[in-house]
Amino acid sequence: MNILELRDLVVRHEGKTILRVDSVRFEQGKIYGIIGPSGAGKSTLLRVINLLERPAQGSMHVFGTDVDLAALTHAKGLPIQRQMGFVAQKPAMFHASVFDNVAMGLRYRGEDRAAIRPRVLAALKLVDLEHAAGQRADTLSGGEAQRIALARALVYEPPLLLLDEPTASLDPHNIAIFERVIQTIHQTRRTTILIVTHNLAQARRLTHACLFIHQGRIVECGETAAVFSGAACRELQDFISGRMIC
Amino acid sequence: MLFPPDVWEIIWLSLKVTTTAIAIGMLIGIPFGAFLGLYSFPGKRLIVVLVYTCMGLPPVLVGVIVYLLLSRYGPLGSLSLLFTPQAMVIAQVALVTPILAGLTMSAVQEKERAYRETAKSLGASPIQLIATIVREARTGIWSGAAAAYGRAISEVGAVMLVGGNIEHHTRVMTTAIILETRMGNFPAALQLGLVLLAVSFLFNSFLMVGALNQWKAKRR
Repeated sequence: MNILELRDLVVRHEGKTILRVDSVRFEQGKIYGIIGPSGAGKSTLLRVINLLERPAQGSMHVFGTDVDLAALTHAKGLPIQRQMGFVAQKPAMFHASVFDNVAMGLRYRGEDRAAIRPRVLAALKLVDLEHAAGQRADTLSGGEAQRIALARALVYEPPLLLLDEPTASLDPHNIAIFERVIQTIHQTRRTTILIVTHNLAQARRLTHACLFIHQGRIVECGETAAVFSGAACRELQDFISGRMIC
Repeated sequence: MLFPPDVWEIIWLSLKVTTTAIAIGMLIGIPFGAFLGLYSFPGKRLIVVLVYTCMGLPPVLVGVIVYLLLSRYGPLGSLSLLFTPQAMVIAQVALVTPILAGLTMSAVQEKERAYRETAKSLGASPIQLIATIVREARTGIWSGAAAAYGRAISEVGAVMLVGGNIEHHTRVMTTAIILETRMGNFPAALQLGLVLLAVSFLFNSFLMVGALNQWKAKRR
């Protein structure tokens, strides 16, 4: 069953088309890797799905609803946005405690005060940072901040999780924790996960399927094993082998 | 008693006028500054330039304009506010509102870039989004309030013009200092100057403690 489908998507920046997707579907409960060189349009794709960026045209079928992405306002898109979690490469921490940062999404949703505390503590436990609940979020290390950002996106249990190069600047210890959490929530909650990554080993380890984006187009899409073992297009072969592409 | 009763009266009036002006200025300047910091619209650049220009308005000019507005034949002359504490409040509001709006705008703009997408991706509604960004900008807004308070309480030109420095009625610390200096009573002028400095110090300390407590209350 598809959780998300994009159709006829065109994103333009200053008149230049930077992403064009005719059609792409994402099945519920799978982990998808989005790979490709820098500037290919990977992050833009994730931002469009998370309604952070309005495309020039395009529609999205998500959670059983059809939406015209080009005409969607913040208020109208809110019910959809609230079913997604998003972690950026460099997440901004609010100037508050770790607890308050993680609780933010629940407060936005009007959750009961008594219900927030156990859910926040459970999310912090998931990322091995329950001891940091009272700590100021701006005193965290980069790796800890990224794990808090993950807990912040997971606390309201979204069925769709979007991760934009979440481990790009992390050390191996934090990457291991991050990947363990992703696998845990996928197994326990059947969360659909889209992860933009430059780490091809990570894409192999974590994902069921991969999309290769090059120059604003999805060039190849398929099961991860097939994509890595039998890349059909030249650009993907070059990308996987580490040769430069432009 | 530290000071004679009439000095207490002057100190009290100074605090009353300035605090009222700051409160009104905050009610106007902070929402206006937040709006400028958060939204883009045609003509915004011109309004921003005007706000920045007004941040440095000469107090005497403000005094003259308010004087003309409130004078008997001015458009607001029927209110009979000239040479009253209310007229001094109006002049100070005109002086501090652009400061509060301009500094709020800068603080909100700075935080907007960092927090708009984070709050939005966490499911903030449009109103929650604005509240979050303004809350994140609170340190800058407090600083703006402190700067505005300092400007208002130390201001002399406008309050002298529209208040008239009338004993037991519109005499405040700054106008009293001028008067004492002209009379050659330098110790009294210096004494009032020190009180002015102490008030500024106390107000800034109060703001800092307030910001600190707010942050502590947020912690678990």
